[in-house]
Amino acid sequence: MRDVAVVSFAQSTSFAPDPLRNEVELLLPVMNEAVERSGIPKKEIGFTVSGSCDYLAGAPFSFVSALDAVGAWPPIIESHVEMDGAWALYEAWVRLQVSDIDSALVYAFGKSSIGDTNEILTLQHDPYYVAPLWPDPVSIAALQARALLESDGYSESDLANIVARSHKSAMSNSSAQRTSETSVEQLLSAPYTVSPLREHDCPPVSDGAAAVVLATGDLARRISERPAWIAGIDHRIDSHSLGARDLTSSPSAALAARNAGANQGPVDVAELHAQFSHEELILRRAIGLDNGTAFNPSGGPLCANPIMATGLIRIGEAASRIMDGSASRAVAHASSGPCLQQNLVCVLEARDG
Amino acid sequence: MPEASPEVLSATHVLEYPYTRSVGPIIGRFLTALRERRIEGVRGSDGRVIVPAVEYDPVTSEPTGDFVEVGQSGVVTTWAWVYQPRPKHPLDQPFAWALVRLDGADTAMLHAVDAGNPSRMRTGMRVRVRWRAETVGEIQDIECFEPEDPA
Amino acid sequence: MTEPRTEPVRKIRTPIRLDYTMTAGEAQSRFLRQIANRKIFGQRCPECEKVYVPPRGSCPTCGIATRDEVELADQGTVTTFCIVNIPFAGAAVEVPYVCASVLLDGADITLFHLVQEVPVDEVRMGMRVEAVWVPPEERGPTLESIKHFRPTGEPDAPYDAYKDRM
Repeated sequence: MRDVAVVSFAQSTSFAPDPLRNEVELLLPVMNEAVERSGIPKKEIGFTVSGSCDYLAGAPFSFVSALDAVGAWPPIIESHVEMDGAWALYEAWVRLQVSDIDSALVYAFGKSSIGDTNEILTLQHDPYYVAPLWPDPVSIAALQARALLESDGYSESDLANIVARSHKSAMSNSSAQRTSETSVEQLLSAPYTVSPLREHDCPPVSDGAAAVVLATGDLARRISERPAWIAGIDHRIDSHSLGARDLTSSPSAALAARNAGANQGPVDVAELHAQFSHEELILRRAIGLDNGTAFNPSGGPLCANPIMATGLIRIGEAASRIMDGSASRAVAHASSGPCLQQNLVCVLEARDG
Repeated sequence: MPEASPEVLSATHVLEYPYTRSVGPIIGRFLTALRERRIEGVRGSDGRVIVPAVEYDPVTSEPTGDFVEVGQSGVVTTWAWVYQPRPKHPLDQPFAWALVRLDGADTAMLHAVDAGNPSRMRTGMRVRVRWRAETVGEIQDIECFEPEDPA
Repeated sequence: MTEPRTEPVRKIRTPIRLDYTMTAGEAQSRFLRQIANRKIFGQRCPECEKVYVPPRGSCPTCGIATRDEVELADQGTVTTFCIVNIPFAGAAVEVPYVCASVLLDGADITLFHLVQEVPVDEVRMGMRVEAVWVPPEERGPTLESIKHFRPTGEPDAPYDAYKDRM
């Protein structure tokens, strides 16, 4: 296998809903920043791949217009996934295993504010038995949250703790949308949205973009002082039938983590794509992470959730800690589908030499 | 340089699809039973009864085909209370989403429970189907579930 | 109790509807506001200097922001066209009608619009056309402020003049 590393990462400076700029205008500065930071001229990048969702944009082939930001002339080798950008990164990693190219540009973007994600995301469910009832993502998450709270000795305070920690961490993330110094008591006094979840247990509505540049072996070492090497990456999926799953666990996250080698060393930082507070508890157990790890130092999806970019940002944030020297080994996780149905785990590490 | 107006131009846009979906023999049989106000599950590879019926076992991917009638009452395995129903939700008044494992089934199905009040909801409680006045062969033939015990 | 029906269920209707509020974005908003003023503005790429209309804020060749505004004439050349014979409900125009790619003078890409006031079989590549605007009180931030394009009567533009911008 060829060694692949993250050599640069950029994200929107703000994830608040942006009524002024369209997707291309949001993406352009982010993409150009990532490319500039990588030191690789844009036209020399070997492969370009993106993640986005036409249903967010309300138009088919909407991702094609994002190529205006790439400058795809002369023609480039390019791909796209109707998935979070983390899966686009996975495709880039796979493509880089072929030695004709040494670098890849991965980007993701989305404006959750222009449609109603509570209706859009309902369409990912079984079209015969579930989607016709239009259960929104908060409701579905709440079903899992209650199952977890009632079975495993967790309490609503545990959820509030995760929220409080996330909001506090987000204060040192200039891109974060939600930040606060709030207490567990204050959080627990807020009303339920869909019980047992409160509004702060759910992600905000965000618009934004992210981009990552990957490079292989020698190129990565040449252009980056401290590349974040991808030591392992894997993704798995559980059944789409909610009633046939044990909602208190995520076998696909556990399997992806095992295959990626998450536990083959200490984990300094974990960036988890937990859009709802209770999901972090399930993921910690599935991936096998304990309190020796710093969780979501960026604030995580509870503080900014540009759907389609959120997972890629987890990889970018984890990689940034490696690149800036504050961590030696990190786990990044991305998720898709209801109740952590589909999971990707990426293990990143610093290496000497 | 033309003047850049601070006001944003926006327009509403509706995306609408009038889908008609072919259901195939397995889902078709489940929906046909609903039309007759019956509920049928299908056996998985290990013999467990899966409701609603699916074409392939969720674990082994083996095709299914062995149908079993199940009860019209069952147990709530988890639930969530909706304080403010959305326009497309199955009920207009506050209600619970629930996963309900019907008597004789080994998996649970998602639907709404018209319990009136969150204090009436409890994991493990028994609920029964409330059928729609006119059934046509779709999941909404189950209008919702309601608590078996009177309030 | 419903009447027994003997046919198994084969299909279900699952209509979906999603509502969006689209924003035009900065570049397109500027363009549309000027259209309401009876002006057509493109944007030029600082690197390759191509002029794009309607502008999208980014050069699709170079992948960098286009900020320089360039006022364009409201006349140009038909680079290609089609004659539409299939009517659709709610169409404002009767069939047959012509849709054309119009290369406005000064632009490097074409914009799509109707060509009218000429028999459809006389429309040709290279034909010079000018915009017909709706009355001032009907103009707004929409390409429909231009009703259609019509021939100017000038001699056709030679193929070389537009062959690289079709």
